[in-house]
Amino acid sequence: MGGPVMTKAELLARCEELYEDLDLTSVREWKEQNPGGRAVGYLPTYVPREILHAAGVLPVGILGAGEQLEIVRGDACFQSYICHLPRSVVELGLSGRLDVLDGMIFPSTCDVIRNLSGIWRILFPDKYTRYLDVPQNFAPEVGGAFYEVVLRELWSELCALSGREPDDEALRAAITLYDANRKLVRELYDLRAAEPWRAPASEAYLLLRAGMVLPVEEHTRVLAEYLALVREEERAMVDNARVLLTGAFCEQPPLTLIRTLERAGCDLIDDDFMPVLRWLGHDAGDALETDGDPVRVLAEAYLGDEQESACRFVPDGQPKGARLVETVRRRAAEGVVCAAPSFCDPALLERPMLQSALDEAGIAYTAFKYAENTGQMQPIREQAGTFADTIKLWGDE
Amino acid sequence: MKCWVGIDLGSTTTKALVVDDTGAVLGRGITNSRSNYDVACEIARNEAFLDARFTLFARALERHTDLAAHAGLLIESVRLAFRSEQHLYLLSELEAQCRAFAAELADPRRAKAALDEIFEGMREVAASLFEPGTKPRSDFFRDIAGSQYMSLAEGVAETTKLPFETLLGVYDKSILAVESHVPASSLQDLIERALEVALGSYRISDALKADLRSAVQGVVEMQLVETQTVGTGYGRARLPFRKEFIRSEILCHGLGAHALFPGTRTVLDIGGQDTKAIQVDGRGVVTSFQMNDRCAAGCGRYLGYIADEMNLGLHELGPMAMCSRRPVRINSTCTVFAGAELRDRLAMGQRREDILAGLHRAIMLRAMSLISRSGGVHEEFTFTGGVAKNEAAVSALRQLVEESFGERTINISPDSIYTGALGAALFAVREEFAEAGAVSMAAGGPA
Amino acid sequence: MKANIVKEASMQRQKDMIAAHFELLARAHETGRKVVYTFVPGNLTELMLAFDTLPVHPEINALQAGMRKQSAGYIAEAERAGHSEDVCTYVKCDIGMMMKGNIGPTGQKLPEPDLLLLSYTGCFTFMKWFELLREQYECPVAMLHVPYQSTGRAEPAMIEYVVKQLRTEVIPKLEAVTGKAFDEDLLRTLLGNSVLAEDDLVHVLESAKHRPSPIDAYFGGVYYIGPLFTAFRGTPEAVEYYRMLREEVDARQAQGLGPITPEGPIDDERFRIVVEGPPNWTHFREFWKMFYDERAVIVASTYTKVGGVYDRGFRHDPERPLETLAEYCLGCYTNLDLATRVEMIVGYIEDYDADGFLINSIKSCNSFSAGQLVMLRAIEERTGRPGCFIETDLVDPRYFSASNIKNRLESYFQMLAQKQTGHEPVEAAS
Repeated sequence: MGGPVMTKAELLARCEELYEDLDLTSVREWKEQNPGGRAVGYLPTYVPREILHAAGVLPVGILGAGEQLEIVRGDACFQSYICHLPRSVVELGLSGRLDVLDGMIFPSTCDVIRNLSGIWRILFPDKYTRYLDVPQNFAPEVGGAFYEVVLRELWSELCALSGREPDDEALRAAITLYDANRKLVRELYDLRAAEPWRAPASEAYLLLRAGMVLPVEEHTRVLAEYLALVREEERAMVDNARVLLTGAFCEQPPLTLIRTLERAGCDLIDDDFMPVLRWLGHDAGDALETDGDPVRVLAEAYLGDEQESACRFVPDGQPKGARLVETVRRRAAEGVVCAAPSFCDPALLERPMLQSALDEAGIAYTAFKYAENTGQMQPIREQAGTFADTIKLWGDE
Repeated sequence: MKCWVGIDLGSTTTKALVVDDTGAVLGRGITNSRSNYDVACEIARNEAFLDARFTLFARALERHTDLAAHAGLLIESVRLAFRSEQHLYLLSELEAQCRAFAAELADPRRAKAALDEIFEGMREVAASLFEPGTKPRSDFFRDIAGSQYMSLAEGVAETTKLPFETLLGVYDKSILAVESHVPASSLQDLIERALEVALGSYRISDALKADLRSAVQGVVEMQLVETQTVGTGYGRARLPFRKEFIRSEILCHGLGAHALFPGTRTVLDIGGQDTKAIQVDGRGVVTSFQMNDRCAAGCGRYLGYIADEMNLGLHELGPMAMCSRRPVRINSTCTVFAGAELRDRLAMGQRREDILAGLHRAIMLRAMSLISRSGGVHEEFTFTGGVAKNEAAVSALRQLVEESFGERTINISPDSIYTGALGAALFAVREEFAEAGAVSMAAGGPA
Repeated sequence: MKANIVKEASMQRQKDMIAAHFELLARAHETGRKVVYTFVPGNLTELMLAFDTLPVHPEINALQAGMRKQSAGYIAEAERAGHSEDVCTYVKCDIGMMMKGNIGPTGQKLPEPDLLLLSYTGCFTFMKWFELLREQYECPVAMLHVPYQSTGRAEPAMIEYVVKQLRTEVIPKLEAVTGKAFDEDLLRTLLGNSVLAEDDLVHVLESAKHRPSPIDAYFGGVYYIGPLFTAFRGTPEAVEYYRMLREEVDARQAQGLGPITPEGPIDDERFRIVVEGPPNWTHFREFWKMFYDERAVIVASTYTKVGGVYDRGFRHDPERPLETLAEYCLGCYTNLDLATRVEMIVGYIEDYDADGFLINSIKSCNSFSAGQLVMLRAIEERTGRPGCFIETDLVDPRYFSASNIKNRLESYFQMLAQKQTGHEPVEAAS
């Protein structure tokens, strides 16, 4: 996305194009421009993209096919009570759309994503397939040590794929690059929280989605350009309800759903879409100065408790939902939308705990389920509209 | 003559089929399934035996040197005349029932006047229903009589000042009564009358007419011995048969499709309640199968909901969908939400035909997934069941089979609705010829 | 049929063991014994017993509630409290039961936990389950994260990780709760007992290789695994129980007898089937009947491996007490990758000479279910033997459609019969 500076409309149009492109054309182009370069897909919620980058591999976030793809072979693999994401991922794979990828990484998000790694091995025996266990024990010498081994294995496997040697310098550089990217992602969220009308969720979402397929350097540029453009822009202030969305960390709602929420009067000032972009809340690279081992730096950055996620164990003494309540307060949100994909075990089992924390804190919330291919917006429009009205009318009481 | 019978007790229709000792089809019968399964079976079976006599009649004519040339036309006129006679007979039964119920109404005189008018109108139309070249809207008396009654009753309700609902109630009770007992019509009588009607418009010599009458006589008098009957279908457990004479739909559809198209290796059957994808070997023996899960989306019944929601006849959905030029993409075929989704889309300004085309494709997508689960389509493919009559469904299927599995031969028999019954009948023949002592298909486990 | 009911001595023995255990639980607070809730897969029973704690298994309570037709009410209770219709019904049944006073299967109130031992093995829902319980009971959770064997191997780093967690997380929390010091020698002794029982269980399960099989390895199997998969592994009672069971099964086999069912023994088995997936508990008898009415015997099942895969050679090793517990956890069935599961089932079909296999796909249990349709195709391709696929649930009666399942099973058995008799269908000339 280099070349002449784009207007905001052009920038967003390009991001939407990337969002809609199920054939991963941009990845194909990247491979053409980078002979010998490898591209590896990964599923939500978290993978250490720095390791991929350091191995000369383009990380490609695979978030399903939204509402765009008819599912035949994907449905053949899954019972009706399993969420939608793995169906479209299988469909993408079997229809050849993922052929450009040299492998796939399945993180330990839930049983379905876990088992999808096994399905992948059976369906695509010739492709590199990796299941990635992240630790649920957060002591550096226990979970950290285990995770370090996992990261080193991953790194050497990816290097074998790309024909490189693991090189600490490359990993340090990658950590710095992703830190820079995370910094701008944080700025984008801060901007949304401060002046949501400047960077509406539907725009920010497209921008973040671009980070799933673009090389990190380019994505960072896109973020910077967008931020510069919207900061200058004269945009009318809109007085919407300030809400935080939670539960959408894996299967994504369709863009139309995000737009529907906005039109219904909800400004999504924070969310948990694509947690991979924000998992390491602080700059991991800060530790590089004191610790010479970049793998350990990356492993320990993961152990920090910045990210509250349904997929991550909360040790004793840290009440569930505390982080959510804290974020609501910090962002001055007026309510929470608990959105969860149908049949999403982590999000739906988490929900009652979050809701009781919200109840206790006196924070309003509304809840619904969606699927990545939800086509019917009418019920959501009504629900979100009512929620926004409630907040606006009675929020100050 | 020895005959074997297959009965397929489906959720919507009950089918019966009679074969001879070579497995050749002699006759078919169909009726709508109803609360009384015995009656449904009996009606379908009677119809199939009747149809068998027409087949035997045709065989007799074909053996006759001078009549063979006329056989096709002759049989057709006799058949139409017969259907007309049969219709009139059922109409009189219906009328009798209606009058009996009407007599109990608050204002029996007014009701009688209304019925006089309605049934007069129905009899008037009845004569023209079965003229050569006409195609009745439905094979079922219930459908034909029902729509006539409704349209006449609307006018009559105006003139007699009797509420339309009252007339409707009379009809609903009466048709149930007519349907739930086996018509006691005399076969011989009806056929002979039909023959005379048909001959009335035929110019052939008296000698030939005499030959014809004796051929009919021979067929009518022929003893058709029901040697063995095998039952199948969704409601098979309710059939009054011994367990060893009941076969699963899967096996029957597999064998039936094989009999119709011996090259068949994959069978898709979309019935009212479930969808089945079946793989068979070169002998029609089932090697694997998959059925839809708990959810009824993608079954025939789903189309029924849609038809109700759109206030259309089931048979009208396909033709309307075929008019679509820009099918709508529909992601969910959830039966529960079908109505709301439809209304929502219509409100959004989408065209009925485009929505319908999208729905047909969505249903066939589900079927494709089941076929995939069962192993895919590698060779000849046969589509059976009631939905195979729906041209929009067939068109979506052809497209999807090609997209998903490549170019394949797709067989659809005009008699596809009888596939299960055919399989059952062939199992009946086999049961008869299976060696004594061979392992029976039924398990006599602890009772 | 009453006359045919055969109650074997081992069954009574097991009943007595369970009754005694619940008696201890009911009196735990007066006797001062500490109560630890934990899960069947990856259960660390010997370790818990080494601290003299009493284990409670919420899954077992839930399945018992299912068999006693109480689960529907409990699930409804949890759903009213905001739990989604979509999620695991074991969890909802357990939470509903808790909300209704936590009355266990014997009618006695279950004691509250002093510790939730979250052996996070082969099921992501376990984590959410105990997070939910922690909110209610306000007691500590000991998290033992057991990595997934995604390539079918327990790598040294995984074993080391689990052992470290045992040392730094699980044992310290058990010590804190009980006030007792960890006694490794006692643990070794208990593990020694485990091996004896494990040997006998494997012997019993493998008896199904005989024709006719003297056992049903699924409907009967769920009883056989009871003591070893729950509170008794490592105890002398378990050793005795399995010795007894083994002798009974050997005797049946010697006499050429088939498995026992609620309506008498099946002495002339007609179909030999391998089953993948847990049973449905709300209609356990009705479901079982669909098999024994057809004289179909389950000769091997994967469900009897959820609390430990012993028939592929694993035994607890008293010489390496913590390492062996780690290896045990890592090797539980639902912690294995799909390819290994396919491998196991293919092996069962061949070794037990099965006519085919059934997948009972459980709505609640994605750990089992996600991927089963792909496994089905893979197993059919590898063995050439047909699979049957049905869908039910663990303890939610709304997901057991008897007519639907019967229809499928009937079709399946008829298909197998058609293959067995192999007579040519009559060719039609229509």
